[in-house]
Amino acid sequence: MNTSLSTQDKKYVPMWLLAELTYACPLQCPYCSNPLQLPTSRKQELSTEQWISVMQQARQLGAVQIGFSGGEPLVRPDLEVLVEEATRLGFYCNLITSAVGLTSKRLRKLGDIGLNHIQISFQGSDRETNARFGGTDSFDHKMAMTKEAIALGIPLGLNFVLHRHNIHQVEPFLLLAEELGAEFVELANTQYYAWALHNRDQLMPSQAQLDEARAATERFRARHTGHMRTIFVAPDYFDDRPKKCSNGWGTTFITVTPEGDVLPCQSAKVIDGLTFPNVREGNLHDIWRQSDLFQRFRGTKWMQEPCASCPEKEIDLGGCRCQAYLLTGDAYATDPVCSLSPDHQLVRDALRKIEPDDGEARPLLFRNTINARALAKEDS
Amino acid sequence: MSEETQAFTINPRYRLQWEPAQNCHVLLYPEGLVQLSPTATEILQHCTQPISEQGLVATLQDKYPDADTLPQDVHEFLQQARAREWIKPAAETSGEAQ
Repeated sequence: MNTSLSTQDKKYVPMWLLAELTYACPLQCPYCSNPLQLPTSRKQELSTEQWISVMQQARQLGAVQIGFSGGEPLVRPDLEVLVEEATRLGFYCNLITSAVGLTSKRLRKLGDIGLNHIQISFQGSDRETNARFGGTDSFDHKMAMTKEAIALGIPLGLNFVLHRHNIHQVEPFLLLAEELGAEFVELANTQYYAWALHNRDQLMPSQAQLDEARAATERFRARHTGHMRTIFVAPDYFDDRPKKCSNGWGTTFITVTPEGDVLPCQSAKVIDGLTFPNVREGNLHDIWRQSDLFQRFRGTKWMQEPCASCPEKEIDLGGCRCQAYLLTGDAYATDPVCSLSPDHQLVRDALRKIEPDDGEARPLLFRNTINARALAKEDS
Repeated sequence: MSEETQAFTINPRYRLQWEPAQNCHVLLYPEGLVQLSPTATEILQHCTQPISEQGLVATLQDKYPDADTLPQDVHEFLQQARAREWIKPAAETSGEAQ
């Protein structure tokens, strides 16, 4: 009797649909991974009917997990309609939210229609830090909504995005999550794309800070007697091998942006010279299987040296294409996080720029309309 | 109660589902999934209601009388499934909000 736990399907199936319902967000986090350009209006966002069609097409392709994300997905008044339809289609529904815009009524409704999991993000472990980095005074509301979701029996995880100004709060945050009764805690170090890349030198923690945060997580795990699971995601700049892009470009994940563009990962639009198919013009099946975008970096055939002849190429698939492009200007390059990359020095230099907090050389740029406009001007 | 006689079920947070496009059953949980082999699927399908390891082995042995290593295989699978929280003791799950 063969009891292997899983089967390897050779045919790629987009098991995860990330539905970015809107880029609008009441928060202003300076490490946001959304594009630097903020849409001037929300008129171009997909309609309820268009999203339902996207979900139906994704289900036919084999997608089973759906993440409703943004921006802040609660900004969409039709979120409940979409969650209800997703559940009916057989999706396992995850809501990825800041909880700003969530009410007892909406939460109850979401629970009633079958939301399977809610992830609430915190920007700090106390009111002041949370308000400083989220740009909104939302700590008490997040706490209240977290408690209510748990009371309603909706599986709940907390997400804490770490950077040099809050990474020392790992321990108090874990204690807070434990007290609240969260099932999961994701301690996610900032990954450096979009707004986070712009603010990188002001956000990157030092090696000592990172080591202490890891140690604090380990101390908590050793002491914790309940069932709360903790995941610590380190910033890849400190590794000597890159992370696999979205489990492999065009293998597992499919992202649909608020305006209907279809991407292999949330960040892919940063790569110039690619054409992004849109659900208004094509169906997901053809986009996933046949579009140039999804085939471009699928597998290993696209690789150049040193990746092409590397014995580890199947392990990390050359790393992240967006990071390769953002740091080297060449989307086909080895991710510079890799110590074998000829551009690895770029990552080492970025880490060298970290200085103690004795007055910042440049202030953090928060994600809001004014700053987005200023950035657009700088570019032109 | 020993591990062999204690009743368990699939974690109520998790969902076992047939996926035609993937041609396999999947086990879904918050922010993740696992594609199951036919054998893993068959075992887990018996765990939608409380069942003990003893009961599970007896049921499967009836169906596969020639599978000599079945008790050991099932035991190993259940240990992994417990470690990954795919299954939970039935007593612990019955009181939880659904």
